[in-house]
Amino acid sequence: MGDAAHAHAHGEHDAGHCTIWLDGERRRAPIGASVAAALALHGWRGTRTSVSGEPRSALCGMGICFECRVAIDGVPLRRACLVTVREGMEVSTHHA
Amino acid sequence: MKPRALVIGAGIVGAACAAELARAGFAVVVLEAAHPSAGATACGMGHVVAMDDSEAQLELTRTSRSLWEELLPELPENIEATRAGTLWVAADDEELAAVHAKHAYYLTRGVNAEIHDQHSLRSLEPHLAPDLIGALRVPDDLVVYPPCAAAWLLALSGAELRVGLAVERAEARRVLLHGGVALEGDLVVVAAGEHSLPLVSPALPLHGIKPRKGHLVITDRAPGFAQHQIVELGYLKSAHSHDGSSVAFNLQPRPNGQVLLGSSRQYDRTSDEVEPAMLRRMLERAFRYMPKLRALPAIRAWTGRRAATHDHLPLIGKVGAEGPWLAAGHEGLGITTSLGTARLLSSLIAGTTPPFDPRPFDPQRLCAEASHG
Amino acid sequence: MRELACDLLVVGAGPAGIAAACAAAERGKKVLVLDENPGAGGQIWRAGTHAPPRAAEPWLARFRASGAELRSGCAVVEGDAARQTLWAQDAEGLLRTRAESIVLATGARELFLPFPGWTLPGVLGAGGLQALAKSGWPVRGKKIGVAGSGPLLLAVAAWLVEHGAHVAFVAEQAPLGRLARFAASLAFQPRKLAQLAALRWKLRGVPQLFSSWPVRANGRAHIDSVELATDGEPQGFLVDALAVGFGLVPETALAEQLGCALDASGAVAVDAEQRTNVERIYAAGEPTGIGGVENALLQGELAGASAAGDARAAHTFARRAARARRFGRALERAFALREELREMPDDDTIVCRCEDVRWDAARELDSARETKLQTRCGMGPCQGRVCQPALHFLKGGRADRRRPPLLPLTLGELAELAADRTTLEHETSR
Ligand SMILES: Cc1cc2nc3c(=O)[nH]c(=O)nc-3n(C[C@H](O)[C@H](O)[C@H](O)COP(=O)(O)OP(=O)(O)OC[C@H]3O[C@@H](n4cnc5c(N)ncnc54)[C@H](O)[C@@H]3O)c2cc1C
Ligand SMILES: Cc1cc2nc3c(=O)[nH]c(=O)nc-3n(C[C@H](O)[C@H](O)[C@H](O)COP(=O)(O)OP(=O)(O)OC[C@H]3O[C@@H](n4cnc5c(N)ncnc54)[C@H](O)[C@@H]3O)c2cc1C
Ligand code: FES
Repeated sequence: MGDAAHAHAHGEHDAGHCTIWLDGERRRAPIGASVAAALALHGWRGTRTSVSGEPRSALCGMGICFECRVAIDGVPLRRACLVTVREGMEVSTHHA
Repeated sequence: MKPRALVIGAGIVGAACAAELARAGFAVVVLEAAHPSAGATACGMGHVVAMDDSEAQLELTRTSRSLWEELLPELPENIEATRAGTLWVAADDEELAAVHAKHAYYLTRGVNAEIHDQHSLRSLEPHLAPDLIGALRVPDDLVVYPPCAAAWLLALSGAELRVGLAVERAEARRVLLHGGVALEGDLVVVAAGEHSLPLVSPALPLHGIKPRKGHLVITDRAPGFAQHQIVELGYLKSAHSHDGSSVAFNLQPRPNGQVLLGSSRQYDRTSDEVEPAMLRRMLERAFRYMPKLRALPAIRAWTGRRAATHDHLPLIGKVGAEGPWLAAGHEGLGITTSLGTARLLSSLIAGTTPPFDPRPFDPQRLCAEASHG
Repeated sequence: MRELACDLLVVGAGPAGIAAACAAAERGKKVLVLDENPGAGGQIWRAGTHAPPRAAEPWLARFRASGAELRSGCAVVEGDAARQTLWAQDAEGLLRTRAESIVLATGARELFLPFPGWTLPGVLGAGGLQALAKSGWPVRGKKIGVAGSGPLLLAVAAWLVEHGAHVAFVAEQAPLGRLARFAASLAFQPRKLAQLAALRWKLRGVPQLFSSWPVRANGRAHIDSVELATDGEPQGFLVDALAVGFGLVPETALAEQLGCALDASGAVAVDAEQRTNVERIYAAGEPTGIGGVENALLQGELAGASAAGDARAAHTFARRAARARRFGRALERAFALREELREMPDDDTIVCRCEDVRWDAARELDSARETKLQTRCGMGPCQGRVCQPALHFLKGGRADRRRPPLLPLTLGELAELAADRTTLEHETSR
């Protein structure tokens, strides 16, 4: 279990974390983490479905491939590897 | 041995002519300067539409559309053929009057069409601006993906395709390539789009075809955003102004959910760069009709060139008394009219009864036009 | 639209961009640096949830002290070279930036080559996994295979070991003999040799395979094992992730959009002072050819000094930069990709991940343009950034030309951008 998941499981609320919503589920994520990392920390494996129905997730980690794309606060096609988590952020992997 | 036809150009028109000539018993060779669909065919929208700017245009488009319709069951999936239908939307009373006039005219010509009021329009296309007051729906218009359609027609023809061969001159029974190399055939068809006339001049005036630049933008997939190809009726007013440039709202839902947006028209542009001023006008026009478009992610913008004649009808027929044959100048309708063009051309070649009056398409009219100045 | 004006605009806050910004700002220029990543440092010095590496500290400190302004999370989406203007997008929307000169320090991206299973979640880039891990992606305790080619593999593997991952193997496609000769040629470069020795020490106990590449990644919804071919012999490993990259390609999209010419290798062509063929536009670091961090720093200083009008300083950097460039070329030869990698994809392997185009559909078509028109390969949101370099390796030929915008924008933003470009054109033509 990753650090953040661990903290969440134990109900810890330390200053180094913030609360975000992943597909409607409330989760803690380390401050400074990318949205892509937060999803991986909490066990999201595929974060997008390809046009032929395959699960996909981050590849390049640097904004090139768009495989990590998710909707953030309602805005589609955001690259999760480039966006840092923010308190209250809503991430959806269904409308990417 | 089969007679041999040389077709110059592997755009949709050359491909359709190749298929038709093969059907008529020719062994076809297609000569292409670059690769199949290197020209306008790769840049346009693929709306297969009945259009009534003139009686001749309606004959050609209507015939062509039914030829596409006949092919529908055979078209492979990658052509993405759908019966999306067209929605001609009216923004004011004048345009609403045009809806009624178009409706009446279409019915007399056997083109299915139905009128929608403000209310039923909203249920057809909920994202349209609420102040649009009506529309004409033409249910049998189609949408295809042109480069794959052209490739399929080429394959269907069984033609021998020779790429990387730029033809310098086309004559009745031979074509000349760079360096004086000649290829002989029993007949020659020039279907090189906007580059056709230099191959046959001075028999026809060099500048009888002018490129008319258009801009397009495509979005990421947004399934269900729109159901029809939606075009503003004002298009009729703006599309054919010879002076200056124009834009019109023209939206096409791709079967995969992408939204393809047009369109703009400009003469005398040498660069194929996307022009910010035109792009802005075109998008603002689209937002006026569908405000929610603003939020869709755009992934690519590009331009294409329509090969336009002075009277907006293509040149289909024989050049001079001997040939070669010509099939070019299809402006913004060549995807639609490729099939009708090929059918007409092959009947002219065979000397059989043409499917519709060929005279308005006779290439020789360019000479008359040129002598009038 | 918001507008920012400055003397020098730098795109990219990696080593090259930081060095260029420092050099110009220290010479009294007002400098603005734009980077789409959340922080400064580029690929090698990025921070995220981890502290930046120690080597970066003096540079980051110099950067902070230089007075150059950094805008992070700010992606350049379009440019007008004639008017020295770039448009960027940040969390608040679009931004117009104007300057006397521009330095393009946009870095490189990894070369990804398709092989069966490479689209499974858990198969990531080598640099890609490292970048993600620096932003908090969990690697501690994970069993990770590292594969592909280039010096980056060892750096990434060592970094992963340091951060608690269990590195199952490092599989380098180049043959050991070729690399040994290259290492021997480093005899006169003791620093480079020492770096290599340090990496190998950190990786003691990790199987290092040569003439080895991935044949297939297996798993249902996520990779769980990988098959390698090493000297032609099959070898299987259970893994939680596979980090695989086949080297780097210069990131030239923005440069091309601005009209900068490329050289035969596909890198931005520059003169001895990092000038591109477009007036007042410079390029530094990986866009001009893959050369590593020292090369990037030198080229950055050179470009910054030269853009600030300090020809003397520029001259002294130029010689060192030429040496660094030679090293980059030697590196490239040592890690040249072998022919057999062209056989990696099978018929069903996806080559375009945006549009799920399979290799059997793309293989026979002649040019990249035809492949795109007939199969949609390269038509997705990444605009071919992943598939085009791969196709170039697999089939040769040039990539189809890129269309605007550089990154997806909403239609509303696209209209806003076009309107602003039009306004600017009017203002400057008066
Ligand atoms: C923006 C835009 C939107 C459009 N939308 C639609 C639409 O919705 N519906 C519709 O029906 N139509 C539409 N069109 C029009 C349609 O795309 C064209 O009319 C059609 O593609 C023309 O086909 P073509 O084969 O005549 O020409 P092209 O596709 O231009 O083909 C000509 C071919 O000839 C080759 N060639 C040229 N010179 C030589 C030479 N010397 N030797 C050998 N080969 C040569 C070229 O390389 C090219 O491949 C649109 C066009 C544009 C630009
Ligand atoms: C994924 C990856 C990981 C790497 N890891 C290592 C490593 O661990 N060790 C090592 O020695 N070398 C590594 N390298 C090699 C490294 O690129 C060079 O050694 C060196 O960092 C190059 O510096 P640079 O300044 O040229 O480019 P970079 O450091 O790549 O910086 C370029 C910057 O430009 C930004 N950028 C690009 N386009 C735009 C745009 N349109 N708008 C705004 N910003 C933009 C990027 O976000 C990036 O931050 C890595 C390379 C990659 C691609
Ligand atoms: S992982 Fe490639 S864009 Fe985010």
